[in-house]
Amino acid sequence: MIADLAADQGVWGPGPGDGAAVGAAWEALRTVMDPEIPVLSVVDLGMIRGVEAGEGGRLRVRLSPTYSGCPATGIIALEVARALDAAGFPNAEVVTEVAPPWTTDWISPAGLDRLRESGIAPPPRGAGKRALVAPEERIACPRCGSTDTEVISAFGSTACKALHRCRSCLEPFDSFKCI
Amino acid sequence: MTDNALFDYLLRLGDTSLVLGHRLSEWCGHAPELEEDVALTNIALDLVGHARLLLSYAGEVEGQGRDEDALAFLRDVYDYRNHLLVEQPNRDFGHTIARQFLHDAWALELYEKLMVSADHRLAGIAAKAVKEKRYHLRHSGEWVVRLGDGTEDSRARMADAFDRLWRFTAEMFEADAVEQALAAAGVAPDPASLRPAWEARVDAVLAEATLPARPAIIGTSGGRIGRHGEHLGYLLAEMQFLQRAYPGATW
Repeated sequence: MIADLAADQGVWGPGPGDGAAVGAAWEALRTVMDPEIPVLSVVDLGMIRGVEAGEGGRLRVRLSPTYSGCPATGIIALEVARALDAAGFPNAEVVTEVAPPWTTDWISPAGLDRLRESGIAPPPRGAGKRALVAPEERIACPRCGSTDTEVISAFGSTACKALHRCRSCLEPFDSFKCI
Repeated sequence: MTDNALFDYLLRLGDTSLVLGHRLSEWCGHAPELEEDVALTNIALDLVGHARLLLSYAGEVEGQGRDEDALAFLRDVYDYRNHLLVEQPNRDFGHTIARQFLHDAWALELYEKLMVSADHRLAGIAAKAVKEKRYHLRHSGEWVVRLGDGTEDSRARMADAFDRLWRFTAEMFEADAVEQALAAAGVAPDPASLRPAWEARVDAVLAEATLPARPAIIGTSGGRIGRHGEHLGYLLAEMQFLQRAYPGATW
């Protein structure tokens, strides 16, 4: 059951039945950037699983943590609450949801482009089906596009990144770990 | 099944992750190369992250108002329920890798089975952890091969590390009333059922590493019921110092 849910989409905005308030909340959430990868918002990362208006207009935001070891999870929840407060939604409830588990498949297409533009190779799609113990496919260099690359270390400067090197342009680069 | 059994089981899993995470964090600034310094501390963060999820849930199941911090920082050695394997001191890098590999091979198998637990909260935690355990096992397994099939020195050190650690592995597959109750309720797998896959995985990596084969294991156990070796006390003394000396300190 969980595996099926993980194949779900990244929910990048309000649904058709959502009111203006929920739409405004989504806009506010688009300004909350990941402190470790500031080109990505929490919406683009697929961390926002839902925004609902509850009783008395109190907003409820469901947040999915990314990597278990990410030290930024706490500050992100705080920033989400602060952005909603500034957008006129004081006392918004921010709920953390562990299941279904966050996957790199939930990152938006725009987010993938921005990762590449900032020199970080985006994660390949299909994380849910990928057998991570099998040899990984070659990651394309975000600078020159060559797939003649090698892994330097599976663990990089943050919990979400691995370190690679391009054998064509000889530059080292980060890649977003696929989970 | 009683809540008591679930509480005990969650402590066993959570404490095992927390203690191993702390052991790995001791490498910060000391690993043999920069990439490994980063890797070991990354894995430490994942393990502490898993411990937080498990201990938070344990506190809720217990219903006595203890949160993850109270359980991590305000319990003494005899209340810790981790496997003896993970409290063993780091020694050299090869020893740390051998310990990690023996644990990862077990934990990946366990979390894969827990994903279909009748307890949905535990199944959710397992589904999250399992992806990270795959990364961890690949990392520790590759190092076992590299060091075992490496230089004369690295090979001797790896063989010595496994010799020291085998005795602590039997405990991972033991069951008492806690695991039996949860297995009967479909909440957790029978620990013995994890053994064939663990043995196959360990044996395959040892063979590729050209290391001596796994011996018949005569087990030492007790960690799951609070009987620990001398090393855990020192670990907790360091890990818990701040909250013990300055109760309730935040920053």
